Amino acid sequence: MEFSRIVDLIREKIPQAIIEVNEKAIDPFVKIRPDHLNAVARLLKGEEEIGMDMLLSISGVDYPESITVVYHIFSIKNNHSLVLKVDLPRDNPKVDTVENVWKAANWHERETYDLFGVVFEGHPDLRRILLPDDWEGHPLRKDYKYPPTYHGLTL
Amino acid sequence: MKGRDWKEYDELNVNMGPQHPSTHGVLRLLLKTDGEIVKEAIPHIGYLHRSIEKIAEKISYTQFIPYTDRLDYLAAMNNNLAYTLTVEKLMGIEVPERAQYIRVIMAELNRIASHLVAIGTFGLDLGVVTPFFYAFREREYILDLFEMCCGARLTYNYMRIGGVANDLPPGFMDRLKDFLDYFVPRVEEYNQLMSFNKIFIERTAGIGVLPADVAKNYGVTGPNLRGSGVKWDLRKNLPYCIYPRFEFNIPVGTGMVGKVGDSWDRYWVRVQEMLESVKIIRQAMEQIPGGDIRAKLPRLIKPPVGEVFFRAENPRGELGFYIISDGSPSPYRLKIRAPSFCNLSVFEEISRDWMIADLVAILGSLDIVLGEIDR
Amino acid sequence: MQAIFEILKSIYPLRHLSEILLLLLSMVIFSAIILGIIAILVMFFVWWERKVAGHIQSRLGPMRVGGWHGWAQSIADGIKLLLKEDIIPANADRMLFKMAPYIVFASSFAAFATIPMTRSLIGADLNIGIFYILAITSLIVIGILMAGWSSSNKWSLYGAMRSAAQIVSYEVPIGLSILVPVMAAGSLSIKDIAEAQSGGIFSWYIFRSPFLFISFFTYYIAAIAEVNRTPFDLPEAESELVAGFHTEYSGMRFAMFFLAEYANMFLVGSIATLLFLGGWNGILPRPMLPEFVNFILKSLFLVFVMIWLRWTLPRLRVDQLMYVCWKVLVPISFFCLIGHGVWMVFMGEA
Repeated sequence: MEFSRIVDLIREKIPQAIIEVNEKAIDPFVKIRPDHLNAVARLLKGEEEIGMDMLLSISGVDYPESITVVYHIFSIKNNHSLVLKVDLPRDNPKVDTVENVWKAANWHERETYDLFGVVFEGHPDLRRILLPDDWEGHPLRKDYKYPPTYHGLTL
Repeated sequence: MKGRDWKEYDELNVNMGPQHPSTHGVLRLLLKTDGEIVKEAIPHIGYLHRSIEKIAEKISYTQFIPYTDRLDYLAAMNNNLAYTLTVEKLMGIEVPERAQYIRVIMAELNRIASHLVAIGTFGLDLGVVTPFFYAFREREYILDLFEMCCGARLTYNYMRIGGVANDLPPGFMDRLKDFLDYFVPRVEEYNQLMSFNKIFIERTAGIGVLPADVAKNYGVTGPNLRGSGVKWDLRKNLPYCIYPRFEFNIPVGTGMVGKVGDSWDRYWVRVQEMLESVKIIRQAMEQIPGGDIRAKLPRLIKPPVGEVFFRAENPRGELGFYIISDGSPSPYRLKIRAPSFCNLSVFEEISRDWMIADLVAILGSLDIVLGEIDR
Repeated sequence: MQAIFEILKSIYPLRHLSEILLLLLSMVIFSAIILGIIAILVMFFVWWERKVAGHIQSRLGPMRVGGWHGWAQSIADGIKLLLKEDIIPANADRMLFKMAPYIVFASSFAAFATIPMTRSLIGADLNIGIFYILAITSLIVIGILMAGWSSSNKWSLYGAMRSAAQIVSYEVPIGLSILVPVMAAGSLSIKDIAEAQSGGIFSWYIFRSPFLFISFFTYYIAAIAEVNRTPFDLPEAESELVAGFHTEYSGMRFAMFFLAEYANMFLVGSIATLLFLGGWNGILPRPMLPEFVNFILKSLFLVFVMIWLRWTLPRLRVDQLMYVCWKVLVPISFFCLIGHGVWMVFMGEA
């Protein structure tokens, strides 16, 4: 299905969700309001015509003005993809989980939490995944300072 | 145990790994067991975390290619290919024909090598040692071929943005042909020794069934998804490179000896995929043209501002790169969508209420590589 | 042993010692001989297993130590194991941990006392010889349980539990299959059973009746399980339990388990030889080879089959293992036992 048709469908069902649509990018993306993310995700998966049955990845991006979480979703059934983005404030990034829509989000959200500090509300088990549980800070943020030591070991 | 119900004590927590022979590296599973039955198996990862994504933000696009070798270290060529294709897509580079063919040959050879390790170690997990040696014997020939091309045997660093590093050395095609002729009858050997061995089937058929909808829900890709009966292969369905020019089938799990999506199906898909790869290589060998092996590019690669997500069919599933460029010589953000990462996340779901021995079989059939899970 | 006793008695200074002392002395000498034979055989088996495995896997196996095809490899390994540090885990039950390997080895060694390697090379020709072997080899499981429990390692414990379940279960089909030749010979003495099979290949028990033929295979399969070899190597399943009950052992204590495992293989092979394959009797009615050679060759062949299976087959799962025992081997061996009884009545052998 065409990218614009998906956007229209989202506009139709959840009118206030979309902030920005970029069709010119290599992978066209839709920026949506964080509080509507879960509803949009449900719509994308549930709507027969769209049928996004697969969440490929969740990536955090640390921009100077915001932390953006990027969702790459895909439909095997209809062979089309979509990129969703949500902008979150840098000091307190919080967004609803999509774990209840795609199970794949479980580990991806844990990873984004681990490396960017984005809190996914409603996630059943939001722990660090790659780093040790007692690690401080979120290393993929641009302003991350490497700790000189970890448990007395020089890094 | 005064005053308490003894049933409170019948669960034993066991740590499987990070140093355990069949966790394929440094995976740690926390098992909650009731006798031999595993009630819950929780994977703990991150023991091999090398912060490759952070490193990528500090180095140039070309310098990152060797790091991709170290993701899924059993399929370094495929990782190289996926990464270079991503950057090429971002920059809109046309790759010369000959380089495209060389890339496909390398990627498919590496797919065979990777699947050989997968089925060999799967045998080890089930206690049959000999096929492992047979698989490594065949893999050795492939590694020799790679060594001819780039001098390395594990981390090749062979692909370049816009082409490949070197042209094929003289004599390569003959040796490749010899290898293919040698290899195809060997697969029959594995089938006799493993695939249709009664004990092997007893140990894998109907074990760790992964239904197609669960697989999709967890983002499982590659042979594991196909083992669940979903006919989905990026090489066919979202073609990249020159794959549309080749004839090949997509093997899917049919539940031949058990249920669709069991461990045996996942294993069997890999065995058949090796033969399909041989077909692709044979066709590529016939069609390969002469000419350049690399597109003309500036020394310092500076992609335009923008972002791109691209994924390619790796032996273990769909390897995706998400690159955000701010126009500088190094990526602003580089995210790796590792197939094993998603494939492992489904493990907790399909490993409940199996025995410890089955757990090993399920884990082996998922064929994970910790290098790309932990990154 | 009687012969050694006689020889000792004839030597001048010893003549004046008391009978008891002489008897003890001859016992020590005899067990030293048996221990020597077993130790040499085990070292040979280890090397042989590695060579066979190597050739099955299109490798060569050990090729360096000692020159000719690495024949000294096991000796080098043995010396290495002797010199290694003996590590005992901090939380281990030290006493049990130290004792376990000796119990395992001692019980498999003790079983050789009633194995007649030739007509005369026999420790004690007990009239309940085979019964004694069954009893003494069951002690192995106690040693394994001790090892698994005292290591205070959960994987070791799993290995020990599996082993206990496996060995105890498989003793039932072993016992039943052994009863068939015992019934045929009408004696529990191994020497008598082997003696009854003299006179060429067709007087071997395996070819005497269809029930004996089947019993041989039930015994052999169950015995492979009894000695924890693939496809029944669950107690030490490498890919599941790391190394099972001997995960925490190192150095000489580990070597004891190792020695016991290979000694058990040989024990099983020799029992099968003696009960079903004619023992020291040759293929032809006329003796061609020395008795000892006949016996060793047949036992070695059976050991070879075990090695061959190990490098070919995958491992069973716990429940499948129990299925094979209780639902396949036990009914078949029981059927053979009854069947052979009927056979004897109708063929007039009883």
